[in-house]
Amino acid sequence: MSEPREVSRPAAEQDTRAVLPRVDVFEDDAGITLLADLPGVPRERLDVKVEGDTLLLEGAVLPAMPEGLEPIYAEVRVPRFRRSFTLSRELDGQRVEANLKDGVLTLRIPKAQHAQPRRITVQAG
Amino acid sequence: MFGSMLSFPGGLFGEMERLRREFDDVMDTRGLPGSIRSAGPGSLPAINVGRTPNSVEVYAFAPGLQADKIEVTLDRGVLRISGERTSGIPETQEGKVNVYSRERASGRFMRAVALPDDIDGTQVRATYRDGVLQVSVPRRESAKPQRVTVQ
Repeated sequence: MSEPREVSRPAAEQDTRAVLPRVDVFEDDAGITLLADLPGVPRERLDVKVEGDTLLLEGAVLPAMPEGLEPIYAEVRVPRFRRSFTLSRELDGQRVEANLKDGVLTLRIPKAQHAQPRRITVQAG
Repeated sequence: MFGSMLSFPGGLFGEMERLRREFDDVMDTRGLPGSIRSAGPGSLPAINVGRTPNSVEVYAFAPGLQADKIEVTLDRGVLRISGERTSGIPETQEGKVNVYSRERASGRFMRAVALPDDIDGTQVRATYRDGVLQVSVPRRESAKPQRVTVQ
């Protein structure tokens, strides 16, 4: 299996099964951006939580299904996404911005002011 | 004896059993036959197919696309869905972006799925919502369940 998925879940939620969404994570000077694929998750069923230094994403897959739909073939069988990340100390968990569009969640986690790079002027002396 | 060991909650075997179940979910080994055109696990987009008395419904889990760039064709009972997704990671400018994780697929993709014989391919409807493309193909009148009156 080449899939970059690890199994991790909070102990209290072991009974509801979920798959790990695929993510891109990248960092620039001002913060970290996380993109997560959450196809079929409507805005109202998406949960983004920061608790202490843990960021938790959870969403339920709810595509519009017509009455009496009988499955013939299914690759998506667990209708829930869940994944958590540990934030490091210089990230500001209180100012996370989240945007969900066409099943892609974009999270922007800014760095705390004191952690952003500053240019230090060298005094001539 | 092994059964009870395996179902011991929270134990090592329970954890392994859970892993095995998750593996089965991904590898499609739980009864339903795999399609000959299905790609490997984790391919984009994943596809679910269902049937109602009136239609065949195909769901393609394809997040982050532009609706007008998705191509859907139906030819001799084979539905093809293709498109392209650009990477969300910005091109490195001046080496200021560090990439830690690059799991989301990008580039062109194509999936094909054979539909049942009793469809009416002239009235296909496709909608894209929350990153899921739903293609609805009506079934022919003659294929719908009919009540036979007993004389």
